[in-house]
Amino acid sequence: MRYVPHTEQDRTEMLRAIGAGSVEELFAPVPKELRPKRPLDVGPALTEPELQSWLEETAARDRSAADLLCFAGGGFYDRFIPAAIDALVSRGEFLTSYTPYQPECSQGTLQYLYEYQTMMAELTGLPVSNASLYEGATACAEAMLLSWGLKETSRRVVVSAAVHPHYRRTLETYARPVGLEVVTVPAPGGLTDAAALRKAATPETLAVLVQQPNFFGAVEDVPSAVAAAHAAGAQAVVAADPVALALLEAPGAQGADIVVGEGQPLGCPLAFGGPTFGFFCVREEHVRKLPGRLVGETHDTRGRRAFVLTFQTREQHIRREKATSNICTSQSLYALRAAIYLSLLGPAGLREVAALSVRKAHALAEQAAKIPGFALEFPKAPFAFEFALRCPRPADEVVAAGLKRGVLAGIPLGPHDPALRNVLLVAVTERRTAADLDRFVEALR
Amino acid sequence: MSLGLVEDRLVFEKSRAGRRGVTLPASDAGEAPLESLLPGGALRNAPPALPELSELEVVRHYTRLSGKNFGIDTTFYPLGSCTMKYNPRVHEYGASLPGFARVHPLQPDETVQGFLALAHSLERALAEITGLAAATLNPSAGAHGELTGVLMVRAYHHDRSEPGRDTVLIPDSAHGTNPATVTIAGMQVQSVKSGPDGRVDLGDLREKLGTLGGRVAAMMITNPSTLGLFEIRIGEIARLLHEKGALLYMDGANMNALLGIARPGDFGVDVMHLNLHKTFTQPHGGGGPGAGPVAVGEKLVPFLPVPRIVQEGGAYRRREDFPKTIGRVRSFQGNPGVFVRAYAYIRSHGGEGLRKVTEAAVLNANYILARLRDAYDLAYPGPCMHEAVFSARRQVKQNGVRALDIAKRLIDLGFHPPTIYFPLIVPESLMIEPTETEPKETLDAFVAAMLTIAGEAAEEPQKVKDAPVTMPVTRLDEVRAVKQPRLRWRPR
Repeated sequence: MRYVPHTEQDRTEMLRAIGAGSVEELFAPVPKELRPKRPLDVGPALTEPELQSWLEETAARDRSAADLLCFAGGGFYDRFIPAAIDALVSRGEFLTSYTPYQPECSQGTLQYLYEYQTMMAELTGLPVSNASLYEGATACAEAMLLSWGLKETSRRVVVSAAVHPHYRRTLETYARPVGLEVVTVPAPGGLTDAAALRKAATPETLAVLVQQPNFFGAVEDVPSAVAAAHAAGAQAVVAADPVALALLEAPGAQGADIVVGEGQPLGCPLAFGGPTFGFFCVREEHVRKLPGRLVGETHDTRGRRAFVLTFQTREQHIRREKATSNICTSQSLYALRAAIYLSLLGPAGLREVAALSVRKAHALAEQAAKIPGFALEFPKAPFAFEFALRCPRPADEVVAAGLKRGVLAGIPLGPHDPALRNVLLVAVTERRTAADLDRFVEALR
Repeated sequence: MSLGLVEDRLVFEKSRAGRRGVTLPASDAGEAPLESLLPGGALRNAPPALPELSELEVVRHYTRLSGKNFGIDTTFYPLGSCTMKYNPRVHEYGASLPGFARVHPLQPDETVQGFLALAHSLERALAEITGLAAATLNPSAGAHGELTGVLMVRAYHHDRSEPGRDTVLIPDSAHGTNPATVTIAGMQVQSVKSGPDGRVDLGDLREKLGTLGGRVAAMMITNPSTLGLFEIRIGEIARLLHEKGALLYMDGANMNALLGIARPGDFGVDVMHLNLHKTFTQPHGGGGPGAGPVAVGEKLVPFLPVPRIVQEGGAYRRREDFPKTIGRVRSFQGNPGVFVRAYAYIRSHGGEGLRKVTEAAVLNANYILARLRDAYDLAYPGPCMHEAVFSARRQVKQNGVRALDIAKRLIDLGFHPPTIYFPLIVPESLMIEPTETEPKETLDAFVAAMLTIAGEAAEEPQKVKDAPVTMPVTRLDEVRAVKQPRLRWRPR
């Protein structure tokens, strides 16, 4: 019991102070008939050396980006993570603190969240960022709920088929029980069909959602989607990749009302999908409907600048059943990772990360399309650092063959759309070298 | 706070154009102009105004910021309802292993057998601990688990052709997330009163069930309640609900009080969420991340969200082909990094050890209750379970010293404050949860501080009302933060 410090003498003295004869007496309110007759069956207790070995053995059963060349993306990318991030976020004052309800002893957390909010506002081109949400898909769902709150009589949400399939399925889970209807607009050629989007965005529509770059890696015409949304009196929501925003125009500057996204690319490990964070940025007029935590600047009784959780009357612990979101946390530690990552890279470094990824992805696309039987699935769609590759056989077989040569070649799209069974989604990050690209091509041949 | 560091400037205010914290290799894929690779109209006009610093400056900035925080590692953190127990470092070691940290979420199943085996084992362990049939690890946090659970309840009733069950009963002592969750799940909330002993008023429950009849979908109950009390009549509550065709949802926020002591499935719970960041030691990280797995009884298994992890012929697979599923609640498969820590914690203890965790947590809470009951009013008579709830009403009446003042004065005395003003049904509440990992000496020091404050409240109340004075900042003007909102930095 290395984490429970009580000695026999401690227990005796404490029970005496309580006036109880035994620890068991303290459980008198739990009816006898409810008490289990046997200990929980969760395996034997392990010492730390045994536990370390078990963890090492279990982790060793996985193939990781440490031994596979990772070309898988879909919102999560094998990007370079500066060592300083792990060193800083492991500080106990960050790692083991709680939500900064008591601002006087939480200025560290509050200040970095304020810095994070500023950085995300800069990237997305919108004035207000919250202190982060769970991850990308639920950030989209919260954007839908916020939009509904701004246009309560409407029920229609228009979503591009080129939005991440997990985001779309999550939207449906959130929409169904409250009676919202998610209408999907096709994306032939890998890009949202602008005419179909305009047609689908009827006056009944409360939000239009597109992704930038989209799930297939293609660069969308955001202003056109924004125009369609606004013509319908709906919120224009853009789910954006934060690294791509170093090169691509900030959706806020293109008229988007809400910009959300997955934060993993900003210094967060892949970790099989989480934890990471989601970001959520809005116009100033939506502050009072914003989901999640929000940090603001104020001063203390002596006039010194200080930071505090603010606009808390939006939140569930005050509004209870009248709340428009049930979120009661941010992903602070991962927002901190992003703040450190962006501080280390700066505008020039982030631009290099994105530019290297774009150049390498285009180099690989050119090489891959020359392999006999392979071709770009959407040759007319401009792409950033991820592209859809048509294969001569089912893409899961291509991936299986690549694994034998130490290459994780990408994500097979068949599970998301049976028509794309032979299509592989390939992502290239700044980590991949020219030699890595050659290995990819070799593995596909 | 040991270094007494004060850092007032924001990272942006330290920025100097041209500085870099990270450099990257030159392109080995040519230097094609980006305008030739990306559509011209899509390119950014002005770069984002991110800070520009050297690595040392970044490291120093955030290290100094950390000095302005309390954390469990530096300070006793008796925050009620949050279960701020020690976070073992071997868990961080485990989660950072490449086989866990550098695995892509969409890798083929055969390449992630270690992770899937761990996740499957954690699901089985949580089902065992809760006495329920199965569990999903997909939800990202407690409130997300609540939503997942309530959506399953809704789907269950719809599947039985009872869509009219649109109301969820919630005790007035509940966490705010419970009613908020019910609303965003498209259902109505009906509040149920607490009786004089702080537990659910069965008379009121019977009346609500009588009036609402076939409209009740479920009751959401926290057990032990937010008052730190075990619902003695939980079996009866479950029976009343089940008789009316309704289900019992348990908010597992307080599971640290029940490990190996009672299993919710055994007392009639049909569905519950667990907070892996409370009971199972995922570090709170300044407010996240966490994970909110949901455990369910047999009748709700078909509605579990996807993907589900299944064991087939000695191998583990993720499957999504379940016709009655509520669908996806987020991308990929939850927060697997959190699973590593939670399962490591369970394995460190074993079944007997988990019961000892709860015994020590309850012993610690009752010790604090006994030591402070003369100086502060108890909200309800003990014994308590994992937390003790006091009220500062005596101190308010005496000299106008409020729970908030007591909390702030504790900061000066070197302790993180307890949870205050929750639960809502206790005026001036001070909710103290010590957890099992704190030694008696720490509890004694905390008790001494609380007794000191009780004395100050009586004799020099202004000292308490002016606290804290030892922190980088004194109390904040929270009204100004709303009236003159500044939600991001701008150059002055």
